[in-house]
Amino acid sequence: MKLQEIIDSLSLKVETPSADLSREVKGAYVSDMLSDVMGNSKEGFLWITIQVHLNIVAVASLKELAGIILVNNRGPAEDTLKKAIEENIPVMTTPLPAFDLAGRLYSLGLRCR
Amino acid sequence: MNSAEGVFFLTGKDFKNAGAASSNLKGILEGLGIPAAIIRRVAIAAFESEMNTIIYAVAGMMNYSITPEMIKIRVQDMGPGIENIELAMTEGYSTAPDYIREMGFGSGMGLPNIKRNSDTLTVNSVAGEGTTVEFTINLAPAN
Repeated sequence: MKLQEIIDSLSLKVETPSADLSREVKGAYVSDMLSDVMGNSKEGFLWITIQVHLNIVAVASLKELAGIILVNNRGPAEDTLKKAIEENIPVMTTPLPAFDLAGRLYSLGLRCR
Repeated sequence: MNSAEGVFFLTGKDFKNAGAASSNLKGILEGLGIPAAIIRRVAIAAFESEMNTIIYAVAGMMNYSITPEMIKIRVQDMGPGIENIELAMTEGYSTAPDYIREMGFGSGMGLPNIKRNSDTLTVNSVAGEGTTVEFTINLAPAN
C-alpha cells in the first residue's frame, strides 16, 4: 500500500510536504524505545511513536522506514522537522492515540511481520 | 570490491549529531556496493554502539575497516566503563538515567542488538576508564 493512500484514508497531517509520499509501506511498528525500533522494525515500515525529538529521524533513516507517525496530537520538535526534510523522511501527525492508530492501520491490512 | 577504513569521532551527550557516524558509515557501505541485508545489520550495530558512547561517555571514536572478507567496527570510549559485562549483555538491563530513558533510550537492548546483528562481538571495559566494543560482520560466506 502506498503511503499517500494511508495518509488519505486516516486523515493524517503531513508535516514534511516535500518528502516522497509515493513510497510503498510494507508494515508498521509501534514503540517509544529507539533500540526496540532499531532491532525489530523493518525497511519500509511506518513507525508509530510519541517520541518527537531529533533522534527519531536518525533511526528512521538508518532503518529505511517509510515514515514516522506521531500520535496524541504531538508535533515534531523544530530540529526534528528540519532533519526529517533533509533526510527525506515523511513525518505525519494524528490526534489518535497509538492503540487506535495501530488498529486502523491493521484494518487497512498492515502487519508487523 | 574496494577496501576502506576510517574513523569517526563521537562526543558525549551530543544528541544533535547522534547517529551521524552510523549514517555516514552506511553511505560508505552503499558506495562500495555492499549488499543491503548486510548494511542493515551494520547500521543497527553501529547505531547502538554510537549511542552507547553518546549516552554514557565523555567522548569516543568509531573505527571501521572494510575488506572483501568482513566489516570490522571498533568503538572505543572514554566513559565510566561497564562493571558487569554479562549483566550489560542481558536484554532489558540498563543503567541509563531517567532523562535518557524518557528519550526512548536505555531499554537495555543496545548490546543485545549488536550481538544479534554481528558475527563476532568483543566487549572490553575498565571501570573508570572506558569501554571498547568491537564487532565484525562477515562479507564472504564462511566455508
